[in-house]
Amino acid sequence: MIQTIAFYMFAVLVIASAVMVITARNPVHSVLWLILAFFNAAGLMVLVGAEFIAMLLVIVYVGAVAVLFLFVVMMLDIDVAELRAGFVRNFPLGIVIALVLLAELVLGIGAYQVGAIELGTPMASDAPAMLESNTGAIGALLYTKYLFLFEAAGLILLVAMIGAIVLTHRPPKTKRGHQDIGKQNRRNPDEATQMKQPTVGKGVEL
Amino acid sequence: MIGIEHYVIVSAILFVLGVLGIFLNRKNIIVILMAIELILLAVNINLVAFSAFLGDLVGQVFAMFVLTVAAGEAAIGLAILVIYFRGRGTIAVDDANRMKG
Repeated sequence: MIQTIAFYMFAVLVIASAVMVITARNPVHSVLWLILAFFNAAGLMVLVGAEFIAMLLVIVYVGAVAVLFLFVVMMLDIDVAELRAGFVRNFPLGIVIALVLLAELVLGIGAYQVGAIELGTPMASDAPAMLESNTGAIGALLYTKYLFLFEAAGLILLVAMIGAIVLTHRPPKTKRGHQDIGKQNRRNPDEATQMKQPTVGKGVEL
Repeated sequence: MIGIEHYVIVSAILFVLGVLGIFLNRKNIIVILMAIELILLAVNINLVAFSAFLGDLVGQVFAMFVLTVAAGEAAIGLAILVIYFRGRGTIAVDDANRMKG
């Protein structure tokens, strides 16, 4: 009983926050609704016993991605009214496509419920996963069978990090105040100093 | 009793809302990126639900990889957004025609 109530609460809240994300007038409000949606999705995942993914969702999405969004939204100077301009005009087409997509998905789920297609059975080697804790089981699977995929995920994050830094890094614009080591090392004393014979009363041409 | 159909329907609705968000906010690329995050969240809910109901943990491992790709995609997308804003002073993307594509 309590699971049913919790499920419907999380489900309704996640869908309501998703609606608010795409319709909110202010992008900052969108980000805040997105955070609420992530929390409720994490609740949905806790309900089926996937605690590790739920906590990962809170840490990665709320702690990193949503904060990144918030940071960028607040850093950029955005004209909200201009960005809302096409909202009403795009509404009918968007609703039509969304309804078609939803009808297709519901049809697919209905076909699934009839049970015409045999679902795959769990793999034998991974089946005893539910005996220990969720996190321990995922760790045991991830560090043995899926080790290379795990390292590939790390590599993807590294590439994303380097890419973001390379894209947004600006070399300093000012001529003063920064050191050019190559230029320093190319200098030699012969061309670095000049002998001048200034006459009295005239300046020195440099 | 909550079955897998409930989870699949919730994630289907979330997915459709994400697609609708892309259509509604065609100018605002920040909300488009957030709608993509919603789509990936729907996929994750689906994967985790099937993983739990079938008793196969691989779905949760795969959900973790989806999470990784989503984080990388958000970082790169926002970085591109920042340099786009630096160059043009606006983030309205429907008049982005510099590459004449």
